[in-house]
Parts: sequence; structure tokens; C-alpha cells
Amino acid sequence: MRDQRPAVILLLIFLVSGVLLVKLFAIQVLDDSFLKRAESNAIQRVVDHPYRGLVYDRTGKLMVFNNPIFDLMVVPREFQVGDTARFCELFRISKEELIEGYNAAKSYSRVKPSPLIKQLSTKDFARIQDFLVDYPGLFILTRSVRSYPTPTAAHALGYIGEINAGQLERDTVKYYSQGDYIGLSGLEKYYENELRGQKGVKYKMVNVRGVDKGPFKEGEYDTISIAGKNLTSTIDLDLQRYGELLMNGKTGSVVAIEPKTGEILAMISAPFYDPNQLTGAEFGKTYSKLNRDGSKPLFNRPIMATYPPGSIFKIVQSLIGLQEGILTPNTTFACNRSLVACHNHPNPVNLFGAIRNSCNPYYHQAFRQIINREVSSNTFKDTEIGLNAWREKVLKFGLGGPLGMDMSGEKGGDIPSSKLYDRIYGSGHWKYSTIYSLSIGQGEMQVTPLQMANLAAIFANKGYYFTPHLVKAIDGNPKKIPAKFQEKHSVGIDARHFDLIQDAMAEALYGTANRAVMKDLVIAGKTGTAQNPHGEDHSVFIAFAPKENPKIAIAVYVENAGWGGRAAASTASLMIEKYIRRTISRPELQDYVIAGNFIN
Amino acid sequence: MKESEVQINRVDWIAVSIYFALVMIGWFNIYAVVYDSQVEKSIFDLTISSGKQLVWIGTAIGLITLIMVADYRFFENLSLVIYLIFLLILIVTPIFGKEVNGQILSIGVGEFRIQPGEFAKFATALALAKVMERPTFDLSKRNYQFIAFGVLLIPVALILLQPDTGTAMVYFSLLIMFYREGLPQWYYVLGIGAVSITLLALGVDNNLYLAAIIVLVIGGLIYLGKKSWQRILAFSLIGIGLIAYIYSIDFVVSKLPSHQQNRIMVLFNPDIDPLGVGWNVTQSKIAIGSGGLLGKGYLEGTQTKFDFVPEQDTDFIFCTLGEEFGWLGSFVVISLFAGLLYRLVIMAERQKTRFSRIYGYGVISILLFHFMVNIAMTIGLFPVVGIPLPFFSYGGSSLWSFTVLLFIFIKLDSSRASQLGRMS
Repeated sequence: MRDQRPAVILLLIFLVSGVLLVKLFAIQVLDDSFLKRAESNAIQRVVDHPYRGLVYDRTGKLMVFNNPIFDLMVVPREFQVGDTARFCELFRISKEELIEGYNAAKSYSRVKPSPLIKQLSTKDFARIQDFLVDYPGLFILTRSVRSYPTPTAAHALGYIGEINAGQLERDTVKYYSQGDYIGLSGLEKYYENELRGQKGVKYKMVNVRGVDKGPFKEGEYDTISIAGKNLTSTIDLDLQRYGELLMNGKTGSVVAIEPKTGEILAMISAPFYDPNQLTGAEFGKTYSKLNRDGSKPLFNRPIMATYPPGSIFKIVQSLIGLQEGILTPNTTFACNRSLVACHNHPNPVNLFGAIRNSCNPYYHQAFRQIINREVSSNTFKDTEIGLNAWREKVLKFGLGGPLGMDMSGEKGGDIPSSKLYDRIYGSGHWKYSTIYSLSIGQGEMQVTPLQMANLAAIFANKGYYFTPHLVKAIDGNPKKIPAKFQEKHSVGIDARHFDLIQDAMAEALYGTANRAVMKDLVIAGKTGTAQNPHGEDHSVFIAFAPKENPKIAIAVYVENAGWGGRAAASTASLMIEKYIRRTISRPELQDYVIAGNFIN
Repeated sequence: MKESEVQINRVDWIAVSIYFALVMIGWFNIYAVVYDSQVEKSIFDLTISSGKQLVWIGTAIGLITLIMVADYRFFENLSLVIYLIFLLILIVTPIFGKEVNGQILSIGVGEFRIQPGEFAKFATALALAKVMERPTFDLSKRNYQFIAFGVLLIPVALILLQPDTGTAMVYFSLLIMFYREGLPQWYYVLGIGAVSITLLALGVDNNLYLAAIIVLVIGGLIYLGKKSWQRILAFSLIGIGLIAYIYSIDFVVSKLPSHQQNRIMVLFNPDIDPLGVGWNVTQSKIAIGSGGLLGKGYLEGTQTKFDFVPEQDTDFIFCTLGEEFGWLGSFVVISLFAGLLYRLVIMAERQKTRFSRIYGYGVISILLFHFMVNIAMTIGLFPVVGIPLPFFSYGGSSLWSFTVLLFIFIKLDSSRASQLGRMS
């Protein structure tokens, strides 16, 4: 009996060892959850944020750069405030803000830093730098915000802001994380992927108190951040600023395009704001102020506001008529005011005269011939077929849908098809007399200022356009811009038909827009008036210049400024002079526009 | 001269080799704990624990030398004196010792401090060997049991005054030696049964289930066996007693100090509060579990090095091994411990005197308990008990006391030829 006892003790020894080894095998080899928990314990992933790309104007002037800003960080465990009143005075915060900030930091972590005062300016930073040594547990964390040396082109450049939950969800490749900044509008949004660069990641080891213990595996898995690409904008900074000077205090849009390339030289949305206001600590405050502003300064009018094209559309009608063989330069119609109102001018008129004098009855009659081609004996059916065929031709001018420029939120306007009238009047219940307002660019027709500027470029180019765009080169390379901006779009009208149009537009200035005329620079233009049921009509003018070898095509909208010959034409003329001559020879006209008293 | 040559040849080199292997592995692990790649310090640097441990190892070798050159009769003859000296030290410790976290574990002057509770283990083992070596001593007899338990329980009582429950528990490991020396088996059956029922009562949420099972089992036994009224009464009383015991445990636990209550709760539900009372066990399991099969490599561990595991160079030293050397490393170390214990059983059984054998089993009992409880607690199989891993853990008292404990037996074993004829 007793002899078995040493064996029992041996058995106990091996049993204990066996149990320990089995349990160890279970947690070390079979269960890998401990490995993950160990990594999340001790290995911290630190993202190295790259510098966002810069933006230059077309002449190489800096438009957007990264400005360092400074967050005052606090480590609650080390922080000693001493005399609270003195602290608040030095750091210029209220006692409540200090207590609130400190408590928030403490509830996050006692040993890890949290921001106490966010986004100190360079000036504040310089001021408090000397006091910092007196306060243990405080230090400055440097970050950067977007900054604009010239406070201009706010809408085109756009702004960046902290990524929101929805954007995070849509980010399927998981590039972004909470707190990242992302382009929210304008170029910043459209070229986000180019501008943002590539984040780097550093893996560092931390101990149980979160103290940095050096790189994990000597940085084997670390990646270096790559700075974002720089953009060269198509915008001419001087022209843009001049346009803003002219549009200051008004509501409307100016879009200037280089016709041969589709590059946007200036894009002004009035009222505008200083882009520097929508950065840094001011963002939240300014944004809600701008958002509440009744004049809607955040509304990007050149691409978002839509108006009926008005008389300017007559040129499109003329071109379609010429291309279809319905009109010839010699086609003459009487100015029959029983069809539609008109104003005093020689009568009857041929096509040249119709454009020059903007004759409404001429187009009422011409459009009827374009629509009712007698392909069907049923007038209603014939109108429907004619309308839809005409619409297809109009769409080729870049109307009726977004052009697809490099800015999101672009509206397409509207060119109606038979479906719209079927819905309003019922199929077979409408005919030409129902839709004749389309002939003079009124009625159920909407265009954006951008589309109108593009139309001017088409007239300048005699029948083609490049999709308007805001970026000329990425990292200095013009080939890197999206391919769609390098693609020529034909509008389906033979170039020969444009000669008459261009001549008539140049001539038209003398009739409807005397103020726009320049002695030594031939401007071809067309006034328009966008009817406004709520008040004074909107003043519209499109133009290109010089007529031979056009360098600039422009559309100007000035809301509630009456007919196009005054406010819009004057503004466009000054813009053209500024761009081509780089100087203004007509200070009185400039003063007239700046004063902005167009109605009386 | 001739005699000492004989003795050297008779030293059990297997046990000695395993001892040194464990001490060296432990030393390397202590360096891994304090190693910081940012502040490169040599393993010999005396400002860090690996350097200090090397000093302890050196002095331990000095102690080994002293033990090996001493006369083997010295330990036998002075065993009761040694025991009494340590009892005295244990008595004065709470009075003159240094209080840390409410415990008074150490005594000494300035930097030089010892933990008498650690050293009293070998003294108690020696004293038990001495009182039990008499040929007439029979553990199946009540009066001898009384003597044996008396020698055992006096130091336990004194250590509980410090209070140091973990170290006090270690003394009960000597019950393994009592088993070898003939303490009746039913003591153990009863003891293991009581422990099992206690664990069940603590582990099962609703005591009603346990009570129901007991009623069913007792009922079954009564139904199947002889239906005499004495038997029915006896079984019924046992059943009622068990149920009363189960219900009393919750009451007893609620009277325990809260840190002990927490340790018991964590054992049954380690995730109950991973940042609070469960922190040690959770972090310890993460460290060991993250080691995988082969480990992260020497000095490459992150959990112990960066202080996620508390008391990492003493009681939780096994975590570093598990993390950096994986299951394979754990296997090697556990095999070394099992091998040493196996060797010690072989050695104890070959002793010619009862004194040597009893002392040998005392050594086996204490080492086995430390080894089992320490590793089991790091992997969540046992409540957290603050006892070191023999030869591994950082600390002079711990290393010295285990060295003395082991080498007195190695010395006795090497002298067994001269002890011929004294076995009874």
C-alpha cells in the first residue's frame, strides 16, 4: 500500500505538468485572439498626414497654401495651472472655457495630450510661447490649414473640412478616418485624390501608460507620407480679382473662358466671401453665418443658378436654321408684332438684321419652320417630332445637361422635350403655338451662366468647345488633367455658318450694347434679358473678343439690373479689356459699373 | 581529502544541472522584462534587476558552497535550532519589519532585507524531518499527527500575522510529504472532496442546482443500498451537512477581505472586470497567449516589457517566457521543472535515512506547489496568489531560500553512503 505512494506523487507531478502544458497550448497556439489583443495593447498606429497640394493660378501666382496653425495641448496629469486668473489672462480664455477644456481632456485621458485651445494664430502663438515654460503639461502641436494669399475665387477653390459620417461610410477603401480633412467643395473636392497626397503610417510601441517606446520592429512596416500634388489653375488671378471688384455688392455671375482650350479664366459668384474665413478656428462660426445670410454667398451661381437664356438663344436658333437649310443669310421675315412683342427697328429683316436687332417675330416664324417640317399630317404629332429633333441639336451646344466641369454641384438647366408638354397639356393637346416662346429663349428653358459662357466660346470657335475646366496642369503636367477636358466637342454646325453670326454679333454691340464697344478691340456680343417674375429683370451679356482670333469668351449675369445692354455688357467689356490689354482705359465706365446704379 | 572526493562524485549532477539551467533561463528572462531598446543597458548593469539578480545568483553559489562543505550531520542536529530561530524571526517581523501595502514581509537593515517567511519553509521541512525520523513515529496515529501538524501550523500562524496568505498556503503543500509518510488516505479523499465541493459551490451560480444533485445522489445511494435505518440516517445527515456547507460558503466568502473575494471571482469569470480586478490575469494571459508556438523572440516581447503585466519580474515572470519563447519555451521550462521533481522523487526514494527522505519529500512538496500555483495563476487556472516561481523569479530571498532548500537535500543525498545503517 505505502509503496504505491511515491508512484502517486510522480503521477501528480506529471498530471500537473500535463494540465499546464495543455492549457498553455490552448491559449498560445489554438487561440490567436490574445495576439490581436497584445497588438492593440502595445502597438499604436500613428498616421503621418501629408501636406495638401498647393494651387497656383495660370500665371504661376500662389492661390492656396498650407499655413501652420498651433493647438495648445494639455496633459492633465502634468498640468498645473497655479493662478487661474493669470492663466486666463495670458492665454486669453475665460475661466469657464479653461475648466470645460481641462475636464474634457481629463475625461479623455490623464496621460495623453488633448487640445486645450484649438488653432491659435501665429500671432497668439508668438505671444504665449514665452509663458509656456511656466506651465508644465502644456505644449504646442503644429498642424496646417489652408490659406489664401489673395482673398479671391472662394467658390472655385472651395474649402476643406472635417470628414463627416456619411463620407466616411462611402469611403470604401477606408483611406479616411475620423477627424481627417477632406475637400468639401470646389477644386478642393473635385481634385481631392490629387491634392490629399498619401498618408504615411508609423507603428510605434507604447507602454501601459501610453508612453512612446520607439518604432515597432525598427520601422519595418512604416510608410512615409507623400505630399499632395500641386494644381495649376486655369484662373487668371488678376482677372478674377478685377471681376470681383466689378461685381462687388451685386448679385450674379461672371464666367470667362479661353475658347480654344475651355480653360476658365475667371469665375465669379457674387456675393462672395473671403476664403480665409472658411479655414481654421473660424470655419464653424463663419460657415453658419454665411449659410444664414439671405444673399446666399455660399450659393455658387455660375454653375447652380439657372435662368431662361433669353435673346442670346436666338443665335443658337439661327445656327440650327442655317445648318438645316431652313434659313439662309437672305431669309427674310416681317417684324410682325401680332405674333410676339418687339421694339422699333428696320422692317423686314434678314438673318443678319434679325440678330443685330434681336427681332422676336423673326424667330417666331423661323422656329415654326424648324419645328413643323410636315413630316406628319397631324399638326400635334408634327410639332412633337419637330421639337424632339430640334432638342437633340440644341443639346449638342452643351445645354440641357451639366457640362461636366471639374466642380461638383453643376446644374444642367433644361431644354424641354415633348415629354414635358405631354405632362403639362396632355399628349396631342399642344402644338407650335403652345411652345413658341422657346424661339426667343423664353418659356420652359433654363441655362446656367457657365453654359452661356461656353456658348460664347462655341461662337468664337465656330462650332466646337472643350468642356470648361478650372485646372490646367497637375504637378506642372498639362497631360495629367482628366482626359475629358482634352477632348474636342463639335456642336454639329458647319464652321461657315458662323461667319455671319460673328459679324452680326460684332455689329449688335452698336445696337444693343453701346457701352461695351471699344475703339480698337472688336468685341462680338449679344445681350439678353432674363425675365424675372419677382422683380427687375436680370441683365445678361455674352461676348467673345477679339473677333478675329478670340482669346476670351465671357458670360455676365447681373441680377435685377435691367436689360443686358447696361450692367452685363459694361462688365463684360471691362473684363475683356482687362484680360487682353491688362489695363483699363475707361475709368468712367469702371466707376459706372462699380457704383452699380444701373436701373436709373 | 579522500572523503570530499567521494562526496563530489556522489553529488547528483542531474538535479544540479537542472537547477542551474532554470536559474540561468530565469536570469535572461528578468533582463527581458527590464530591457528597453531606447535605454540600452547591459544585462550586468547593477541599476536594473538583471544585474542585481546576478549578484543574488553569485551569493547563492556561495551559499551552495557553504552547504556542500558543511558536515551533513550539521543540518540534522541543528534542524530544530534552525526552526526555532526562524520562528523567533517570524515573531519579531511584525514588530520590527517594514510595512509595504499593509503587509510586513521583510526584516533587515537598510538595503539588506530578507523575507523570513521564505526561509522558514526549509526550516519547517528540516524540523518535520527531524521529529518524524524516529522509528516509532507513525502518521496513522492521532498523537503523532498532532505533533506533525503542530510543527507545520506554528509558522503558518505566524505568517498569517504578516499577513501573507500566499506564503502560508505553501506550507500546506507539505501534506504531500505527509502522504508519502503515511497519513491515512481518507484525509486526502475528504480534503479533495471538500475542495471540489467548495469550488463547485463558488463556480455554480445557483446553489439550488448543487443541492438538488446532492439530494438525488444521496437518495440514489439510500435506494440502491441496504435499507437499514442507521444507514439511511447517516446518509441523510451527510446530505444535509453538505447542503448546509454549500450555503455557508457564500457567507464565508462575503466575510473575506475584498481583494481575496475579487481573486476568487476572477478565477471563475476572468472577463468580469478586465481593467480592474481582472487586469493581472487578463494581461498575463494576453502576454502568454500572444507568444504563439515559437514566441516573439528574445527581447522582442511587448506586453511584459511595456509594463502591461504587473509584478512581471517576480510573480508573473512566466509571462515573459511565454511571450518571447512561445509554447515551445513553456514546454522546455515545464519539462525542466517536471524533470527536476521526478529526479528528486528518485533521489528521495534512494535515501538510507528517514530524515533525508522526509526532507527530500518536503523539498518536492514545496517546489511542486510553487511551480503549479505560480504558472497556473498566470494562465488563469488558479486565483492570483503572490508566490514566486522557484529559481526564476527576481529577488534575493526567493532565490536564496529555494537554493538552500534544494541544496541541503542534494548535500544529504551526496552523503547517503556515510549514513548507512541508520534507516529504520
